[in-house]
Amino acid sequence: MLIAIVAALFGPVVARFDPAAQDLARRLDGPSATHWFGLDELGRDILARVLAGARISLLVGIVVVSISSVVGTLLGAIAGYFGGPIDETISRAIDILLAFPGLLLAIALVAALGPSLTNVVVALSLIGWVGYARLVRGQVLRAREFEFVQAARALGAATPRILARHIIPTTLPAVTVQATLGMGGAILAEAALSFLGLGVQPPTPSWGTMLNGGRTHLLDAPHLTIFPGLAIAVLVLGFNFLGDGLRDALDPVTRRRAC
Amino acid sequence: MLRFLARRVALTIPVLFGVATLVFSLIHFIPGDPAQAMLGDSASPQDVAELRARLGLNRPLIEQYGRFLRGALRGDLGRSLRTDQPVTTAILERMPATVELAAAAMIVAVAFAIPLGIAAAAWRGTAVDHTATTLSLLGISIPNFWLGPLLAIVFSIELGWLPVSGRGTWAHLVLPAISLGAALAAILARMTRATLLEELREPYVTAARARGASRARAVVRHAFRNSLIPVITLIGLQFGAVLTGAVITETIFAWPGIGRLLIQSIGFRDYPLVQGCILLIAVTYVGMNLVTDLLYSLVDPRIRFE
Repeated sequence: MLIAIVAALFGPVVARFDPAAQDLARRLDGPSATHWFGLDELGRDILARVLAGARISLLVGIVVVSISSVVGTLLGAIAGYFGGPIDETISRAIDILLAFPGLLLAIALVAALGPSLTNVVVALSLIGWVGYARLVRGQVLRAREFEFVQAARALGAATPRILARHIIPTTLPAVTVQATLGMGGAILAEAALSFLGLGVQPPTPSWGTMLNGGRTHLLDAPHLTIFPGLAIAVLVLGFNFLGDGLRDALDPVTRRRAC
Repeated sequence: MLRFLARRVALTIPVLFGVATLVFSLIHFIPGDPAQAMLGDSASPQDVAELRARLGLNRPLIEQYGRFLRGALRGDLGRSLRTDQPVTTAILERMPATVELAAAAMIVAVAFAIPLGIAAAAWRGTAVDHTATTLSLLGISIPNFWLGPLLAIVFSIELGWLPVSGRGTWAHLVLPAISLGAALAAILARMTRATLLEELREPYVTAARARGASRARAVVRHAFRNSLIPVITLIGLQFGAVLTGAVITETIFAWPGIGRLLIQSIGFRDYPLVQGCILLIAVTYVGMNLVTDLLYSLVDPRIRFE
């Protein structure tokens, strides 16, 4: 994961080749001392494109998770704290969005809006907030009964202050874990949409788009498929490890068992 | 029980209504004129006006919505723009292929995950556990749009054992089923391990061991049985992930199911067919969740009283 972050930050500086530079005479060449990951169907350096693709993946992950977690936390906190018709409205919206399995709604939205990086971010954020809202709503339902929250209320603290200073902070450990795992999910979703031709459009280097391009060359140039896929798997695995580790570290039950 | 059943079914109705509303709205998310977008920029104004009339886009929104809902209830989702075939017929023709693939993927997942989860829990903290846990994390992290081509490279291209694409014999099913079932297997193995570890801490397992039951018997005959309930629930709830995964797997292996039909329809801007596929997959998912909830309440009566 660290490698991917370093690659995203410094990849374009350290890469020996321009990810867009073509060498058609040597198209589909396999890995060599000059081109470590080989060349693609237009003779572009795959390593340079994988490094440039890290930027897209991390950018999508960060933007989607930021929007989703902020919107989801706010809506979940409002639903859980106020209850009544506000909770009903937000909860029904959550139910309806959860009725669409995984990526399906993102596929549908991008199909309507048109394939582009911006639309991928919009689609993934529109469905992403739901998980956070459901998680935070549950936590807030419990937190609003805590004595320190009731004390703040009794002292006359305004509702926005109670939410911002007392309730939402209690949900942050769970939101942090969800956001870490969500980074992996968003990166996978962007790659899946790009793989299906609904995300980042060529010639922009995205790992999903590169895998899609590699499909037609499975027989003669499997390296087109192997390296971008490996990059996705390693980065997502990193976020999943980090998410699992954070969950274990932040969950008092797991921590007690480990002791 | 009947009251619980009625309440659970009643809760599903607004969700289905919301799903239908969202699917109806999709066509209106299209920037600009949806009819122009479907026909492309080169279409003549007359063709665009004709399509607009055919799809009812020139009528008031509320009337379009009413017609869509009435049609959906009757199973009439309009006609494909490209083939003029009724959308419902096109989808029903592809349904058996998707059901076959989803069922095979779930069988593969369960066959791998349950033994792996049991082994990890039974030998907790050992090399077996670490291997199983790492395999599970790998399964979750490796996207099926990479695993599929990798499997094809090894088993079809290098070894020549299995066909690379298409549908027909059981051999065609092997690679798509493994590719689609791997992530589910990973999630199930983690869940099996976690629930089994919970059960192994229960006093009845200690009692069984005190009565002389072997460790293997305590795990398999006592703890595993009780840990199955959440695992079965998860299998039901993961059905949606399998359906979405099928969209990708069918595209990779040219499997003639609903997922591939959906992606092809998006490519052709055949929006009535896109709406039909999305609606069918979402409704199937809601239905599966309902069935899972009802089965869960049958197995565990405490659910009904919550």
